[in-house]
Amino acid sequence: MTIRQLSIFMENKPGILNEMLAVLADNNINIASLTVADTDEYGIVRLLVSDPEMAQEKLREKQFTVRIHDVLSLEMDPQPGSMYKIMRQFAEAGISMEYVYAFSYGSKSIVVFRTNNREKAIEVIKENKFKSVTEEDLRY
Amino acid sequence: MIWNKDIECMSRDNMRKLQSERLRELVQRVYNNVFFYRKRMDEAGVKPSHIKSIDDIVKLPFMYKQDLRDNYPFGLFAVPMKEIVRVHASSGTTGKPTTVGYTRNDLKIWKEAVARCFTMSGIGVEDTIQVAYGYGLFTGGLGVHYGAEEVGASVIPISGGNTRRQLQLMTDYNVTALACTPSYALHLADAMAESGIDLDKLKLKKGFFGAEPWTENMRLELERKWGIQAYDIYGLSEVMGPGVSNDCMFHSGLHVNEDHFFPEIIDPVTKEPLPEGEEGELVFTTLTKEGIPMIRYNTRDLSMLNYEKCECGRTLVRMKKITGRSDDMLIIRGVNLFPSQIEHVLLELCETSAHYMLYVDRQNNLDTLELQVEMDETKLTDTIKDLQNLSKRIQHALNSAIGLSVKVTLVEPKSIPRSEGKAIRVVDRRK
Repeated sequence: MTIRQLSIFMENKPGILNEMLAVLADNNINIASLTVADTDEYGIVRLLVSDPEMAQEKLREKQFTVRIHDVLSLEMDPQPGSMYKIMRQFAEAGISMEYVYAFSYGSKSIVVFRTNNREKAIEVIKENKFKSVTEEDLRY
Repeated sequence: MIWNKDIECMSRDNMRKLQSERLRELVQRVYNNVFFYRKRMDEAGVKPSHIKSIDDIVKLPFMYKQDLRDNYPFGLFAVPMKEIVRVHASSGTTGKPTTVGYTRNDLKIWKEAVARCFTMSGIGVEDTIQVAYGYGLFTGGLGVHYGAEEVGASVIPISGGNTRRQLQLMTDYNVTALACTPSYALHLADAMAESGIDLDKLKLKKGFFGAEPWTENMRLELERKWGIQAYDIYGLSEVMGPGVSNDCMFHSGLHVNEDHFFPEIIDPVTKEPLPEGEEGELVFTTLTKEGIPMIRYNTRDLSMLNYEKCECGRTLVRMKKITGRSDDMLIIRGVNLFPSQIEHVLLELCETSAHYMLYVDRQNNLDTLELQVEMDETKLTDTIKDLQNLSKRIQHALNSAIGLSVKVTLVEPKSIPRSEGKAIRVVDRRK
């Protein structure tokens, strides 16, 4: 249900994202998902990779500011309306989303999110028997 | 016009006699009434009886801004609180403001000092003066205000900010003189050009600018942009406030009101007095101040003195326009700022590293501050909101500590260059 996500603080300057990608490539780390939350001056890159711990270590060696956080992740049916079905339950439980992103990996459709109430969100997941994604599912 | 001819045109000999008399009285008074001075003089082995003339001033120890902080808030006051009728303060380095107090007589002297300055600038009963210095704890607004009333000008106490209203009142009230910081005067000039107000409609003739260092070129630019005569008023709250010195129409140095504020120039390194015409640190002794007298207060401003009689007829010693400082103090929109104040706030918050770089810039003629501070990795979360809140917290803490708004930018750890010697913390891009 929870998977580890890397958060990388990154100033807005040309080439910096590429430097990060080079570190991952050089260490044979696979990227399952990459999103950027941006502001005028900096962004936070959110990464799901095949080996979070190694990625953190290697990025730190190259002076990147990295931390690992647990996020919630669910598998969705690959058909219209499936994300709505899931999100509706959180909305009805009064849980708000701090950020959400979705992507396909192999044959799977995956949604990743952070809420303002983690315990309550886990209850909703259990009650509705939503299908969790594990880090195993994201292995290369 | 000269406000107080007897004093301002006094012979050098008589001035020295007056200063000697006042110094003797001052030293006796502070030795009796202020523990700080008694202790300092005892340590230096100087007794009031050793001070016979103004030349003996060199026997007395110097004092610095730090002494005001160490004796916060009222430790240097030489009279009981019941005799203090006003308190002013400027932002301090460690969160403690530099605090000064005035007796009724101090305010009278201050008012006259500013009145002399206004008269030097050709401002009098016929004038309507817009005082756009900040009113409040800052000495600029009220100091200039009472001096302007003293010369009989019509005073518009508008205080700083609200550019549109400044321009409207300037036009509607037929304002003839503007008093504010030179950078704000430039900002107003540009705002006026943009607003399409016809310069010919204005009655503005004179500018009375100070509270921050400005160059001769800036004076010429202000004169050209406004079509006015621009004057430089110098002062600092520790000595009194605005009105310590001012330039006359010949603009060849600022006449120091030396019957009240005795100036010396010393070598920034050896602290030895320097001869006339050499540049060094400007030191003041307040010969008549009662509330918080200052003896050999080192302003850290760099200047030089000229004792020749001026073309205007005044014999008051002239100090050269301030060219810089011997410490790292910045003057931002008239507010004194030491980089160490920033460091103090960051260390207290303890949410970022203490590695920072302060960029000072001038946009539309207003000083701006940007603080770049390194993130602390352990404080990194996965949401932008948390980082933005962190920036806001820093901004808020800085604002309440230094009284200036600062743009806060978070940067990556170790991205600010480390220097091997003295850390470079400030990049001043103002011209």
